[in-house]
Amino acid sequence: MRIGVVTFPGTLDDRDAQRAVRLAGGEAVALWHREDDLRDVEAIVLPGGFSYGDYLRAGAISRFSPVMERVVDAAKGGMPVLGICNGFQILCETHLLPGAMIKNAHRSFLCRDQPLVVENNRTAWTGGYEAGQVIRIPLKNQDGQYVADERTLAELEAEGRVAFRYTAGATHGPAGFEANPNGSRHDIAGITNAEGNVVGLMPHPEHAVEAGFGADRPGEATRTGVDGLGMFTSVLRSLVA
Amino acid sequence: MPRVVVHVMPKPEILDPQGKAVAAALPRLGFEGISSVRQGKRFELEVEGEVTEEVLASLREAAATLLSNPVIEDVVAIEVDDAEDRA
Repeated sequence: MRIGVVTFPGTLDDRDAQRAVRLAGGEAVALWHREDDLRDVEAIVLPGGFSYGDYLRAGAISRFSPVMERVVDAAKGGMPVLGICNGFQILCETHLLPGAMIKNAHRSFLCRDQPLVVENNRTAWTGGYEAGQVIRIPLKNQDGQYVADERTLAELEAEGRVAFRYTAGATHGPAGFEANPNGSRHDIAGITNAEGNVVGLMPHPEHAVEAGFGADRPGEATRTGVDGLGMFTSVLRSLVA
Repeated sequence: MPRVVVHVMPKPEILDPQGKAVAAALPRLGFEGISSVRQGKRFELEVEGEVTEEVLASLREAAATLLSNPVIEDVVAIEVDDAEDRA
């Protein structure tokens, strides 16, 4: 199973995403922003970072790169696409997902292991989780506040398209942001399109895939959390199903 | 060379964290009496040739598609600024 990982200038987490794909049992294929070739991949990850320096708005310039035209066509054709952090911002700028990200309400960069409720386990990327399961994966961003108009939020809720929601249990953070780390509307951490093949989320599943380098599990052990791996094994399973 | 200036602001209903940070810093520097600040963007586009109605129409589209994100921002003004005024 070939899973493409796109690198834009300023992408940071492409190597981790490739590693996550390999640990899940897939073949990671590097895709370059300037090429309009998807190299026969069957799913695509848009990893985190600061593509094009976040100039203009996070994700705004990447949207117009040659590879994104192919990604948009593939996504519309049903190919699983996952946007993580900056990748989520790109999916919103591309209008594959509704809404947008603005600066965190507390105006600071925040990095912590973040508990999330898996709200929708019927997407290509979440099928391996239980609905309602709480997972803990790293979160690290400055522009992570998800916003959308009331109609869009109501639609997302009514159609069950909130994929992940922030929940309490983080070990630190600014006062008032114990559960929701950035002021996102409806505590939204990630959403899916109506078809369930395109998913975007702000926290980083690719940083919690291998014991020794994963998320902390408070009260149990440090760096052993591998809750993020499920997203990559889920998509591999969805491709063979 | 004529210049077209595009002003983009965060939508009124969207919280503007940058504006809030500026508003909080003002009184610390002794600038009192400012109840709120909203921070936007100003783009200066140098246009080759005349700014015709067609050119303006295409710049309006550029403003709505690339220079702003309509989910969170409004294009509040597009002005033509000719060279003599700037001299």
